[in-house]
Amino acid sequence: MKLYNESDHGTPAKKATSEVKLSVDGRVVSVPAGTSVMRAAAIAGIGVPKLCATESLEAFGSCRMCLVEIEGRNGTPASCTTPAAEGMVVHTQNERLKKLRRGVMELYISDHPLDCLTCSANGDCELQDMAGAVGLREVRYGYDGENHLKAKKDESNPYFTFDPSKCIVCSRCVRACDETQGTLALTIQGRGFGSTVSASQNQSFLESECVSCGACIKACPTATLMEKSVIDIGLPEHSVITTCAYCGVGCTFKAEMRGEEVVRMVPFDDGKANQGHSCVKGRFAWGYTTHKERVLKPMIRAKVTDPWQEVSWERAITHAASEIRRLQEAHGRGAVGGITSSRCTNEETFLVQKLVRAAFGNNNVDTCARVCHSPTGYGLKTTFGTSAGTQDFESVEHADVIMVIGANPTDGHPVFASRMKRRLRAGAKLIVIDPRRIDLVRTPHVEASHHLALQPGTNVAVLTGLAHVIVSEGLANEAFIRERCDFDEYLQWAEFVKRPEYSPEAVEKVSGVPAETLRGAARLYASGGNGAIYYGLGVTEHSQGSTAVMAIANLAMATGNLGRPGVGVNPLRGQNNVQGSCDMGSFPHELVGYRHVSDAAVRAIFDKAWGVKVDPEPGLRISNMIDSALEGSFKGIYIQGEDILQSDPNTKHIAAGLGAMECVIVHDLFLNETASYAHVFLPGSTFLEKDGTFTNAERRIQLVRKVMTPRNGYADWEITQLLSNALGYPMHYAHPSEIMDEIARTTPTFTGVSFDKLDRLGSIQWPCNDRAPEGTPVMHVGSFVRGKGRFVLTEFVPTDEKTGPRFPLLLTTGRILTQYNVGAQTRRTANEVWHPEDRLEIHPFDAEERGVKDGDWVKLASRSGETTLRAQVTDRVAPGVVYTTFHHPSTQANVVTSEYADWATSCPEYKVTAVQVSPTREPAEWQTQYARMSADQRKLAEPSK
Amino acid sequence: MGEPMNEAWRPKALVFTKDWNTKNGHSLEVYRASGGYKALEKALKMAEAEIIDEVTRSNIRGRGGAGFPVGKKWSFVPRQSTKPKYVCVNADESEPGTFKDRYIMERSPHMLIEGTAIACKSVGAHQAFIYIRGEFGLAYTRLQSAVDEAYAAGLLGQNVMGSGYKLDVVVHRGAGAYICGEETGLLESLEGKKGQPRLKPPFPAVEGLFGCPTIINNVESLAGVPAIITHGADWFKGLSRSAAEGGTKLIAVSGHVARPGVYELPGGLTLKEIIYDVCGGMRDPNKPLKAVIPGGSSCQIVKPGQLEVCFDFDAMRTVGSLMGTGCPMVIEEGTCMVRLLTRIVRFYAHESCGQCTPCREGADWLYKMLRRIEAGEGKLEDIDKLDQVASKIEGHTICALGEATAWPTRSYVKAFRDEFVRHVTEKCCPFGEIPVTTRAMTGAIV
Repeated sequence: MKLYNESDHGTPAKKATSEVKLSVDGRVVSVPAGTSVMRAAAIAGIGVPKLCATESLEAFGSCRMCLVEIEGRNGTPASCTTPAAEGMVVHTQNERLKKLRRGVMELYISDHPLDCLTCSANGDCELQDMAGAVGLREVRYGYDGENHLKAKKDESNPYFTFDPSKCIVCSRCVRACDETQGTLALTIQGRGFGSTVSASQNQSFLESECVSCGACIKACPTATLMEKSVIDIGLPEHSVITTCAYCGVGCTFKAEMRGEEVVRMVPFDDGKANQGHSCVKGRFAWGYTTHKERVLKPMIRAKVTDPWQEVSWERAITHAASEIRRLQEAHGRGAVGGITSSRCTNEETFLVQKLVRAAFGNNNVDTCARVCHSPTGYGLKTTFGTSAGTQDFESVEHADVIMVIGANPTDGHPVFASRMKRRLRAGAKLIVIDPRRIDLVRTPHVEASHHLALQPGTNVAVLTGLAHVIVSEGLANEAFIRERCDFDEYLQWAEFVKRPEYSPEAVEKVSGVPAETLRGAARLYASGGNGAIYYGLGVTEHSQGSTAVMAIANLAMATGNLGRPGVGVNPLRGQNNVQGSCDMGSFPHELVGYRHVSDAAVRAIFDKAWGVKVDPEPGLRISNMIDSALEGSFKGIYIQGEDILQSDPNTKHIAAGLGAMECVIVHDLFLNETASYAHVFLPGSTFLEKDGTFTNAERRIQLVRKVMTPRNGYADWEITQLLSNALGYPMHYAHPSEIMDEIARTTPTFTGVSFDKLDRLGSIQWPCNDRAPEGTPVMHVGSFVRGKGRFVLTEFVPTDEKTGPRFPLLLTTGRILTQYNVGAQTRRTANEVWHPEDRLEIHPFDAEERGVKDGDWVKLASRSGETTLRAQVTDRVAPGVVYTTFHHPSTQANVVTSEYADWATSCPEYKVTAVQVSPTREPAEWQTQYARMSADQRKLAEPSK
Repeated sequence: MGEPMNEAWRPKALVFTKDWNTKNGHSLEVYRASGGYKALEKALKMAEAEIIDEVTRSNIRGRGGAGFPVGKKWSFVPRQSTKPKYVCVNADESEPGTFKDRYIMERSPHMLIEGTAIACKSVGAHQAFIYIRGEFGLAYTRLQSAVDEAYAAGLLGQNVMGSGYKLDVVVHRGAGAYICGEETGLLESLEGKKGQPRLKPPFPAVEGLFGCPTIINNVESLAGVPAIITHGADWFKGLSRSAAEGGTKLIAVSGHVARPGVYELPGGLTLKEIIYDVCGGMRDPNKPLKAVIPGGSSCQIVKPGQLEVCFDFDAMRTVGSLMGTGCPMVIEEGTCMVRLLTRIVRFYAHESCGQCTPCREGADWLYKMLRRIEAGEGKLEDIDKLDQVASKIEGHTICALGEATAWPTRSYVKAFRDEFVRHVTEKCCPFGEIPVTTRAMTGAIV
């Protein structure tokens, strides 16, 4: 094991059709035209001294360390800013250059503390390296006079410090914030010798606009910006490449370790999804893995009011297995089920559904993807033939018009958002369809051409309205449609969208989007070049979620925006492995690879592989399980890595359902909210403690590598395997790679996938088989997976959730950058500093009408229930719309959400709830009751700790 | 003092100063009465190439200090580019000792506007920006009023002089940074960014303001253009005695001469003629000339024995200096050169933008060492260190501000080394001067 250091060629790689050949110190090297002399030298194996240059940033030319001599040219040009040219003869080292570099280094060191031995960057400092490289032996200027040695440290950020005394003003942090992250929170304040790095308007890092993505720290060549964990622990001694376990972007990280202790997580430059970038969650918020509240010993209890009893793994597993068998004997084979997790690995998810189908003997398996992207699976499979996004992330770099619908990338998918913003800064146009003014609508150097601030629940009207404009103004790409789609279906669809109820004026009445804005957006998307659609849960979590996904697919087909880079229909996946958990057969009606259980040929494969008869009838969905529990026919459940009580809609209904079951097995890191209703608790392992794979939003399968021994004793896949064996269905996997081998053997889209190949290629985008041995970055090239693209009529049917005199406002929900979903992890990190509570965003008009001021406590009530939280008065939301996040169990935003769901997939309608808001002084009744119960539950776990 | 003896320096005709002695000389009325905007009228009917050719043949060279041929610069703008093209006027006259452009803007603002309009026509630009130094009060008022007058008279706007040519001119005030007089720093500032020079290439003619082809000219360079178009390139060229450059030149003399001020002179006079004939010699007959800073404080010092040299872009190089902005500062005996250099270096250290290291760190260390020497606290080795540090700056920075610090330092140390030595050995200023300042360098310095 060693510390993995990526090579830094100093300036970014250039793509060019032609090459130039040059000689550097006598070595001849050929590089793409436009490549810097510095990079060419690096490729030739010659390291030109540098400080302000780094491969991830454009050349800046400020440190003047990299000066070289070029035959036939005057002076000593900077190698980072000079493009290589044909026949150039470069000398990087001679007496004159040596003197020059030493002179510059002497100037640097004359204003730098000489405390190398006690410095946190000792051994990992480019300034130190360069001082050595140029042979600096003395500093003659002395330290008299003004300098920066006593500059005050800024330790306000929980994760890193800023020590200006060590700053060499290379601007790498400022440029990383500009170019890599795109927040532009940093600047060089002052000028000349008084130049200093400053966050926002000379604020502390915590108060500033900084989003703690860590790009500046990675870029800093000295100890000026440094992780506090490195200051505490010291430098790492080895590193392991792994995949982040937060959102669906799937960033590759180097877990930099000292023994079994994580020193820091550093984004990996060769990571295909993140290209060396990160966000505050993946980079810093991993403290939950060692949080004191993590449960490490299995526990059981007879009743949910009993205290938890710590038991051995053997006892817990045997108990759980006997309970499942008891319930099945008493109530039938279908009385139990399981829920897989989008947080766990593909292999673990595969095992849980295999456990249900083979060991439980039914198809009662569902996943948390049910409540987020199940309409994506349904909609895209129906129209294109594949339940997945069409592009890779790289595609956005070729987009000319980017349409973001019901997604908030800068908060939800920050690393991809940075890439998108880079493209937008380079000139791509932006259309945002969202009830709320998300940051992307207007952010430094990015502004949406059109923001369609629609009423929640009117997506289908607006999307069909866009189609109306495209078709009736003759903007459809008929050549593409004739070649690639079913033309008769298209004609039918065209007639349908041309109906007067989808005219911009009619849509304006329904959605509140001005007719001209709708027209402008439609024209731009249809005729602005490569049009790419990115969407999120604002599309899917509706009673017409699947319809909206198909309406999006229709738009892309009608305009020919499919089948090449720069276009496509791209769902932004919420969780690290939501794509994977769907791929792995987590749904009650589908086996691995989206193959229906009723298909005898498919079942035959698994019957043979698993040695059982797979049930041909689809099983129960989560909502059916809860309903059946209340009816008394469903009695036991195994839930891996999901907190359905907090994340699923209509909390009270879920609580009642769980309460009606006789054996709830919760397998999780923490005693989560669902565990309050559990009888068996199996401690889970974190992503740092196991091997496996995650599949991100671009279908990219990436390796998760174990960096430490599971603190709970077992990786999650081992626990499922123990349970299966105890149930009498043997599983004998020695390593997750064997599980992947089984997936590959049984699934045509995964035939070519193996851990060895993943290790070799870094990642693979499925489908990966004989036709695409290294995977498929862009889908539907040449033809659709289903053959001809299918246009589906998308009639707008308003949701039954309607405002009225009692509940006059519409509530919609979302996420915030620093917290993640129900917060089980991020609430157990210092991220709490930024977002310690959920707040209700309300428009000043609505607030004033109700006598609500910013920061006041308000009661949020719907037909389902009520909760209290503090108000944030803002015009980000339109009048009539309120918005909140759902990260904190104390808020229980889902107490309020309704039981309405997508007609096709039962994905809950989180995004539209009719509510009333009123000032209050006390928590809602449910909150008080729940808080009491939650506290009791935690007490019940205490004695055994 | 009496009238100077030799009148041979008087120009054959006045270009820049012709209206300066007329009442309301800055007004459109006076300007038009003396033939103003005739050149623009003519240029609007000329082909682009014709205008550029005329300007090129006149041999007018950039008068901001670098002396780049004006017509040649215009010819670099790519004709085939579909991007908008811009003309930027560098009116950020900030070089210490230089005060000629300000006079043009205060006294003949329309001449600048007309020249700018012709430049726009020659490259197909429909938008010009005049970036004027923020501290200029009267110049700004006069210029803005003149632009307003020109719009009202149909000389600017949607239909320039009825020709159908569209041209807008915006006067933009700077916010007080020397670096914004550097052409790419100016562009950054104009784009609303921090004033810092850009890496070149690409050069502004190809990729300038907002990434579009842009020409940037000094005020005086553009103010000379109307006369070239009206009277022809040969007439203009004939106003100069020097082959190096055509036309008359505004020479702004300051320092210890009898009659400092702005003079319009034929190109190619010697420094001796300028100081003794034009400006009436030294102000105090008992204090002979000690040195001349020829064209702005960044130029290398010239000593009394070098005054016979022709004051043009080429000849000045033969004595190791530059014509620069063409505004000599004359220094009499008894002046402390260490103090002078300290003052100059303080300026450049303060104005360093901080982008590249040699200038940011080096200029400050030069200033610190100079302050020590000046205060009598220096060491002999500090004197050599001055030259060493300056040599690390010179030629190694992104823009020419590095040279502006290094050139005077190296040349003063070389030319007046004895004065530096005396400061060290006598542990005080031999001229009895009080040190420049003891204020802190970090942050604001006064």
